[in-house]
Amino acid sequence: MREEYIYAVARVRGKEQKLLSAPVMDSLVSASGVGDALRILSDHGWGEGEVTVSGIDEMFKAERKKTWEFIGELVKDMSVFDVFLYANDYHNLKAAVKETARMETRDSVFIDRSECTIDAETIRRALKDHDYGSLPEEMAPVAAEALDVLLHTGDGQLADIIVDRAALARIREAGAKSDNEIIRMYAELTVACANIKTAIRSCLMKKDKAFLNRALAPCDSLDVADLAQAASESTDAIYEYLGRTTYAEAVPEIRKSPSAFERWCDNLMIRKIRPEIHHPFTIGPLAAYILARDNEIKCVRMILSGKVNDLSVDSIRERVRETYV
Amino acid sequence: MSGLGLFFAILGAALAALLAGAGSARGVGMAGQAAAGVVTDQPDMFGRVLILQLLPGTQGIYGLLIAFVAMNNLGIMSGNPEVSCSLLKGLAYLGACLPMAIVGYISAINQAKAAVASIALVSKRPDQFGKSMLFPAMVETYAIFALLISILALNGVGAI
Repeated sequence: MREEYIYAVARVRGKEQKLLSAPVMDSLVSASGVGDALRILSDHGWGEGEVTVSGIDEMFKAERKKTWEFIGELVKDMSVFDVFLYANDYHNLKAAVKETARMETRDSVFIDRSECTIDAETIRRALKDHDYGSLPEEMAPVAAEALDVLLHTGDGQLADIIVDRAALARIREAGAKSDNEIIRMYAELTVACANIKTAIRSCLMKKDKAFLNRALAPCDSLDVADLAQAASESTDAIYEYLGRTTYAEAVPEIRKSPSAFERWCDNLMIRKIRPEIHHPFTIGPLAAYILARDNEIKCVRMILSGKVNDLSVDSIRERVRETYV
Repeated sequence: MSGLGLFFAILGAALAALLAGAGSARGVGMAGQAAAGVVTDQPDMFGRVLILQLLPGTQGIYGLLIAFVAMNNLGIMSGNPEVSCSLLKGLAYLGACLPMAIVGYISAINQAKAAVASIALVSKRPDQFGKSMLFPAMVETYAIFALLISILALNGVGAI
């Protein structure tokens, strides 16, 4: 029993009540327009004052910041949640690699420090100076390799794959080290779903097995060698392979579309974290809250994007994820 | 070996106060953390969560009561300790105090776990306060059983 999280979990219980429930999501979907949807969000405490369409990105940024500031108030050692931020670190690394190779500056693509374990500026400087000592030891060789590949081959996709695989490996490693079930589950599911997406995309792009072996990251719930073999053959071979794994239920969704599969992954994650609503003593409810907020922001972003682009209500509803509360 | 009986008798009284008190202190502390977490965002919940926080505190009171009864029987309270207390009688006092000491400690911790869960319940469903009180209160039953046995045993030992 970890008594150190009792206060934090009680705080999270209060915050969980402010998460957007399924009926609220439904009212957002049914809103007459983006302005109406933003008003509903404002009523539920989103954004500072009145939010306009041009301020939507800022609103999401502020909401993500709110989550991490709140968790920061509760936990002394935030490194237990680094696993949720590695994807952002490596996103910044990809952006910095491209920026350095192409010698162009695009500040807007970098993710804010509050959502990363390492400052984007540190990564940019390390790449610019070819001095990787300031980067975490897992990131330094990847940064050097990705930049080298991009400078010598000009193959941006290959550089991305090197970084993406390293990100997944880091997430998996952090999951394996964690003593919390939710964090382990998050790491495994993230890596497995990313592998499935990569396998499908690579198969459609007729990539060879050598490429797949380089792109797919090891994980426990999938045999990466078998998945690479299947992806080098056909999409049917991938479906046949996945049908023999714990991801068999995902096959009909993958057949529908990549976005349907992504929705299936997000819903699976939410279903797996939902029991944390009843756990009072572990760090699990905090991790679950972070994931629930992430899912909520992703879902609202999708709804608002649909409203901005005048998609039909049914079309938006198809994309909406399950909610944590 | 004169006085060894008295030593064991006092050890029993001390254990009853010590273990039951330590369990309650830990339990009330655990529930207090949960209560503070709820009140941070919902100050109007103070009264309800305070009651739930106090529930694991009763074992400490029971332990204190047993210690008082034992010390009173031994004449310590009146300033005339029963120095001639036999070893057998002293061990009997120790045995009489143990139910409250051990059950008091364990039940306080477990009641605190139930209280923490109930505080979470009340924070989400304030209308369920009555029911939420019952879950930790159930654990109290076993602390009361232990108290009863310790009192009956102390009375019996006093007659030796």
